[in-house]
Amino acid sequence: MNILKFFTAGSVDDGKSTLIGRLLYDTDSILADQLEAIQNANRKNDDGTVDLAILTDGLRAEREQGITIDVAYKYFQTDKRKFIIADTPGHIQYTRNMVTGASTANLAIILVDARNGVVEQTIRHSYLVSLLGIKHVVVAINKMDMVDYSETVFEAITQKYKSLAEELKLQDVTYIPVSALKGDNIVHQSDRMPWYNGESLLHFLEQVDTDVQEESDKARMPVQWVIRPQTDELHDYRGYAGRVVSGTFKVNDKITVLPSGASSTISKIEFFDKELEEASSGQSVTIHLASDVDISRGDTIVNSSALPQESKLVEADLCWMDTKALDTSITYLLQHNSKVTKCKIAEVVYKVDINTLDKHAADEFKLNDIGRVVLKTADNLPFDFYGESKANGSAILIDSRTNLTVGATMFRALAD
Amino acid sequence: MSNKYNFDYLDELEAEAIHILREVAGQFEKPALLFSGGKDSITLVRLAEKAFRPGKFPFPLVHIDTGHNFEETIDYRDRMVARLGERLIVGSVQQSIDEGKAVEQKGKNASRNALQTVTLLETIEKHQFDACIGGARRDEEKARAKERIFSVRDEFGQWDPKRQRPELWNVYNGKIHKGENVRVFPISNWTELDVWNYIRRENIELPSIYFAHDRDVITRNGQLMAASPFVNMDEEDIVERKKVRFRTVGDISCTAAIASEADQIDDIIAEISQSKISERGARMDDKVSEAAMEDRKKGGYF
Repeated sequence: MNILKFFTAGSVDDGKSTLIGRLLYDTDSILADQLEAIQNANRKNDDGTVDLAILTDGLRAEREQGITIDVAYKYFQTDKRKFIIADTPGHIQYTRNMVTGASTANLAIILVDARNGVVEQTIRHSYLVSLLGIKHVVVAINKMDMVDYSETVFEAITQKYKSLAEELKLQDVTYIPVSALKGDNIVHQSDRMPWYNGESLLHFLEQVDTDVQEESDKARMPVQWVIRPQTDELHDYRGYAGRVVSGTFKVNDKITVLPSGASSTISKIEFFDKELEEASSGQSVTIHLASDVDISRGDTIVNSSALPQESKLVEADLCWMDTKALDTSITYLLQHNSKVTKCKIAEVVYKVDINTLDKHAADEFKLNDIGRVVLKTADNLPFDFYGESKANGSAILIDSRTNLTVGATMFRALAD
Repeated sequence: MSNKYNFDYLDELEAEAIHILREVAGQFEKPALLFSGGKDSITLVRLAEKAFRPGKFPFPLVHIDTGHNFEETIDYRDRMVARLGERLIVGSVQQSIDEGKAVEQKGKNASRNALQTVTLLETIEKHQFDACIGGARRDEEKARAKERIFSVRDEFGQWDPKRQRPELWNVYNGKIHKGENVRVFPISNWTELDVWNYIRRENIELPSIYFAHDRDVITRNGQLMAASPFVNMDEEDIVERKKVRFRTVGDISCTAAIASEADQIDDIIAEISQSKISERGARMDDKVSEAAMEDRKKGGYF
């Protein structure tokens, strides 16, 4: 059994929280006391049934306003998979929260209201999915009960979305007609749409193959911590602890340490009380080297035969996340895996109007703005492009005056 | 994440938690691991062993002791600390009360749960901890579902849900101003069942109160409470001997037991899989209102 992380994009009007509530409810993931708490709540649907959306709105302000403000994480499991849902807000003023929820997802569910079809918001959400490099997309065409479960409506929306998917280079897109409110095609296949031969949403989520991630096979491990017991028995023990972010390291592999460029050979890979022959993407391990090399937190161990990019100038997509606008005259901190270095935004190349996808020149970069910039860092960054490796191709920006995370960046190209 | 090398969901959760623990070690000057004696913090200790052995933990264990403990938990704690050879710091709620910094609640449902916050904040201040690792999980409660893995608290320990930092990919921003601290939750993405499956897989010993045993209990508000000197009882309370176990381990005065025959871990896992009541359903502290947890967190609770 493995884990599928997905996020849901749509606004409260599209029935996003209701869809999640329905998934949890119909998979028996809501326990009696939680259900009782919902039933006791003041909010009900127009027809008096329990409002499943309350399940995901965790904060007082959200319940008061009936909207999702921040990302809520929900968990459920079937006998096929464990699921982690990032329930993200759909309104444009919470774009940064959606980017946050999307950053760790393997799959996106984009909700489209069958009555309205592909609207500005659909374009915006789909753009974010493509920006964040999410490989699998489900377009859930919701509220089919409001359009008489019409195949014609479903087909028209599907056709319209296909051209958008092409423009955004979304590769794996699946279309499912649903009614979250009535439960059609969410967990159980609906008999109200006999013209639909595909799977229910849950069945699809259980089956979708996330092993075919086009992630880099180049071995990278940012060093988080150096283990040095300094006891009599383990006097010379020196282990480099970290999580492999891509590829596979094997014992006897030749490695290079960046940014220093020093090289060595892996003598041993440990995981607690076990010695491993190899360690692959996702594993947290401890690596030992055959020779003494100066390594500390913030360095990256890479396979010598597949070196990353190394530069102090990189073109990146930037999503601005602070209420204080980007200031190109000040120095920010850039955190790339375990490495923190000073950084300036040397140039704003363009800004994207995320409702129309038009690119235009801009002097200002404000909260929720997205566009292309040139980053200039104090130290050389050993990175891969985001399209190849999410972990080694992304970083956050921190404002050292406030310590807030103010930007999310994805490395796209070398800058000259 | 690919499972081509037999990397299953527990391995993935474990690897993520170890990564988070090592980030704490790398980013903070004076971190601490909050140890309650419950299964979640026992799991954290196991994860810390996997993250840092054969080295020492880069943090002490901190127990905020309400004084109203299950004896079994304290025995377990002391044996565990001896086995690990790590440092234990105890913050005493009794001492906070004796010094007049906290006031004991009155009445039948009095509990020291809320008073823990006072002692926790005092302990943080006294030892200048800049990060406190805790075993809270997002599946426990709806306010917790919203909290970041690195959750910044102000000088008064307060959580501001409207000013949370975006947390992207697996990059954790631990930068803080002097006086602030960060609560870190490495098992945020685990469910109760995940924790139990992990405990079984790793063969981790637990305090005996998690397993079915005979105990004197009273029934109050439909819940089974241990008949203990720390629970205010009167003539209306009828003491009965029942076979029970505890799903969470907290202050004795606010932790309810459940009737259970499950005395083996396999039985417990089967019981939880079929259960229709969440584990916090047995916590009186969450029953106060719909926003009980959110309000306590804003006030400095874990």
